[in-house]
Amino acid sequence: MRRRVCVASMAVAILAAVVLLGTGTFGFTVQAQQAPATEVKIDNFSFGPATITVAAGTTVTWTNRDDIPHTVVADDKSFKSKVLDTDEKFSYTFSKPGTYPYFCSVHPKMTGKVVVQ
Amino acid sequence: MTKKVKDEILHDHNHDGIDRRGFLKCMAWAGTGALCVMQGGVLKSYSLSRMSDLDPAAAAGELSFVQISDSHMGFNKPANPDVAGTLKAAVDKINALPVAPEFLLHTGDISHLSKPEEFDNVDQILKSTGKDVFFVPGEHDVLNDDGKQFLERYGKGSKGSGWRSFDKKGVHFIGLVNVMNLKAGGLGTLGHEQLEWLEDDVKHLKSSTPIVVYAHIPLWAVYPEWGWGTEDSAQALAYLKKFGSVTVLNGHIHQTMQKVEGNVTFHTAASTAFPQPQPGKADSPGPMKVPAEQLRSVLGITNVNYVRGQHALAVVDSTLA
Repeated sequence: MRRRVCVASMAVAILAAVVLLGTGTFGFTVQAQQAPATEVKIDNFSFGPATITVAAGTTVTWTNRDDIPHTVVADDKSFKSKVLDTDEKFSYTFSKPGTYPYFCSVHPKMTGKVVVQ
Repeated sequence: MTKKVKDEILHDHNHDGIDRRGFLKCMAWAGTGALCVMQGGVLKSYSLSRMSDLDPAAAAGELSFVQISDSHMGFNKPANPDVAGTLKAAVDKINALPVAPEFLLHTGDISHLSKPEEFDNVDQILKSTGKDVFFVPGEHDVLNDDGKQFLERYGKGSKGSGWRSFDKKGVHFIGLVNVMNLKAGGLGTLGHEQLEWLEDDVKHLKSSTPIVVYAHIPLWAVYPEWGWGTEDSAQALAYLKKFGSVTVLNGHIHQTMQKVEGNVTFHTAASTAFPQPQPGKADSPGPMKVPAEQLRSVLGITNVNYVRGQHALAVVDSTLA
């Protein structure tokens, strides 16, 4: 009998959590904690991670840790950083779902992708 | 020349003896470096330190100029915290040449971050050579403003994004720009407009005219994985196919390298700022740290000489050590 109650209360807890999460996506304040800024590190002539997947509304921040300047430019030019020297950052908020390939316009062999869901 | 200064062989492909015929007296100054002479379409290189004596009757060269590259003014990381100092050392080297160059070519990455004070600084330092300098931009010179500043400073007499041609003592010089409008995943690009201009520019020249092409990114596929190549250079070289002597001078890779293909000699210069690793020898083509006392031996200038009637241009690299 106690075990059934245990399981039942766990089920209620899980259900409550799911409902909370569900309401979160509709713009409740809990959303800020659900979608933190996502970091991309630029180092050794590469973007790391090369592909990141984020939720719509996420702000992605690139930080240049390389000893050479780089840029972050969308293939379709929808976002474009100024040149980033070592330790400089660039942020962009992705509001629309989609796939956003980008590259470094100074060293075009450096490419990355942001997948927004 | 019996004095052996620093024995540094940069290129010694053939291990041949010295061919004194057509030798240029002005090569005698360098205790380091190598002489590369193209004769009849075949490149031969000789270590200068192996020259025991030089034919004094050899001409001093009718046209002499110097190529410098990749000064990266503004760079201040461990690979070289004083790029102004090493550029000054390069200028000292130029000013000490027994035969003064007629002018300088700078094959780009003049600045590190396209900042006005960086360009100003380079101009200031190069002024003490007292020579005209012809510049082509590197990718570091066209940041943030699509090359506007480069054109304002160095674009007088040029077309498009800064390409130009001019003649000196019968040699036709062509400065090309291959760092604009770079595409994701791509290499250097010359672009349609510039290629059309080039075709037209050389159309009426006699095939005996010696040609010197200078551009930042190499015009041959040195190492595409690191972006060390130009996508549409084959088209440019096709327009130059008729010429008996074509010398291509590039920068960008911060090390000396050369290749001969038919009548075309490709040559890249060292940087005056910092070296980069050889193709594939590191994870990435970034600045390569060397022990401080070795830095100047991996930086350098390139001296080029032409003697009328000689088929070849003699290209000599020397370090700042």
